[in-house]
Amino acid sequence: MSRRQPRIAQSRPPIVFSVLAALGVVFFLLPLIGLLVRTPWSDLVSLLASDVVIDALVLSAIASVAAVIISTIVGVPLAWVLARLEFRGRSLVRGLVLAPLVLPPVVGGAALLFALGRRGVVGEPLYDATGLVLPFSIWGVVVAVTFVSMPFLILTVEGALRNMDSRFEGAAASLGAGRWTVFRRVTLPMIGPSLAAGMILTWSRAIGEFGATVTFAGNLQGETQTLPLAVFVALESNRDAAIALSLLMVAISLTVLVLLRDRWLRSL
Amino acid sequence: MARRRLRNGQLRVAFGVAVIGFLLASCGGSSDVSDEIRVSAASSLGEVFIELESAFEAANPGVDVVLNLGGSALLREQILAGAPVDVFASASADTMAPIVDAGLSEGSATVFAQGFLAIAVPAGNPANIDGLVDFGNEELLIGLCDIGVPCGEYGRQVMSRAGVKPAIDTNEPNVRSLLTKIEAGELDAGIVYMTDVIAANARVEGIEIPDAANVAAEYSIAFITEGPNNEGAKVFVEFVLSEFGQMILAGQGFVTP
Repeated sequence: MSRRQPRIAQSRPPIVFSVLAALGVVFFLLPLIGLLVRTPWSDLVSLLASDVVIDALVLSAIASVAAVIISTIVGVPLAWVLARLEFRGRSLVRGLVLAPLVLPPVVGGAALLFALGRRGVVGEPLYDATGLVLPFSIWGVVVAVTFVSMPFLILTVEGALRNMDSRFEGAAASLGAGRWTVFRRVTLPMIGPSLAAGMILTWSRAIGEFGATVTFAGNLQGETQTLPLAVFVALESNRDAAIALSLLMVAISLTVLVLLRDRWLRSL
Repeated sequence: MARRRLRNGQLRVAFGVAVIGFLLASCGGSSDVSDEIRVSAASSLGEVFIELESAFEAANPGVDVVLNLGGSALLREQILAGAPVDVFASASADTMAPIVDAGLSEGSATVFAQGFLAIAVPAGNPANIDGLVDFGNEELLIGLCDIGVPCGEYGRQVMSRAGVKPAIDTNEPNVRSLLTKIEAGELDAGIVYMTDVIAANARVEGIEIPDAANVAAEYSIAFITEGPNNEGAKVFVEFVLSEFGQMILAGQGFVTP
């Protein structure tokens, strides 16, 4: 489609746009420069090779990937329901599942604690029945991170489902395909790029999650201390380590976002 | 049209009132202090500084004390990075030291209060905690403040004095978040300041730590010379150190040094 666009779209932008866009780039670039200027380059390797960093890295990797998997399994059907079904209270449900986008993460974490903690509304019966305690464990981290990041997937996928041409689905159904087959063979390939974009947004939010994690899951090295928590802790005791860790996080995120975008996500 | 004219008139009146108010505010008040005083105070000083704030504002009309509560170490980093702060009240002298070393405060900081530590357990003490020994129990959910945060450093000193190796389940970034988890019953026990137990008003229960193991937190206060309101800062610090200020502190369980 974009190939067909007239050449005029390629021409120079209005001057105001260039200036404002440059301003935007500088705004995002400056903090990064601030980090780079303060980075203790000579100690960088030893700072990043410590067990605190490695433990946090492993935990963040597991939790963020788990959040993406859970968000996809639950979020895609949820997005489908929100996009395709007409029912009373649909906007209420949409507001509810998107609430974590606006809720301060610390509040989200506290709410999770009151609901799923050992003395929580649901957590207490769960604990009495199974002895399972979500806070202070990796499960708590996964719950907190998923709570905060899943809305990004729902939002993206719902948008894609609303914008796609549903006549293809109708055609497939009229040719005798079942509902599941239609979804798998027609809908899913059509929303594929948006789904991938949603998964990456979800992952990005998950890897950077701090407030809900520390409030719901606590902070213990090797158990619940993800990279952002390690950065926060290091900021209080060892600033060089905090900067090194932050740089690591920026490097990971940039690599993932740039590489993935160039490969699959022309649409993002 | 008529509406518009009315609006303009209202604006003019509002502007006039604002100017008169401003003039009154700048010449009123019982002392020379004016405007805003920005006070950064440790989380554990939250309740008592809110009280000090209203007492100070009552004594100095037209002055607005703006409190910024947070972990001492984080507040210190903000000040070192140039945040416009007039007064810094830290939960430990160690956390204060870099401020003094950086020459950001005039002279040394003053210890204005002491606070002893206590074990905090959820209301009703569901895990039947008796004392510090229970902190070594792997079965229980135990929380301390993190290393680098004053209540975390003091808590670890208490543990080593008592000869207990704590089975920690979480290192909380500040004393408030530790209390939140204890209040919610998610942690069985933690070490906080005695003053926090008093301020929490029966939402948590306190268990005394024997004198031999206990540590006194030394709260120190300094006015930041880089701050926008040096005069106000001085007067506020004097107020905290005054007999009245100390009385308010004592009311919340702080001890005069």
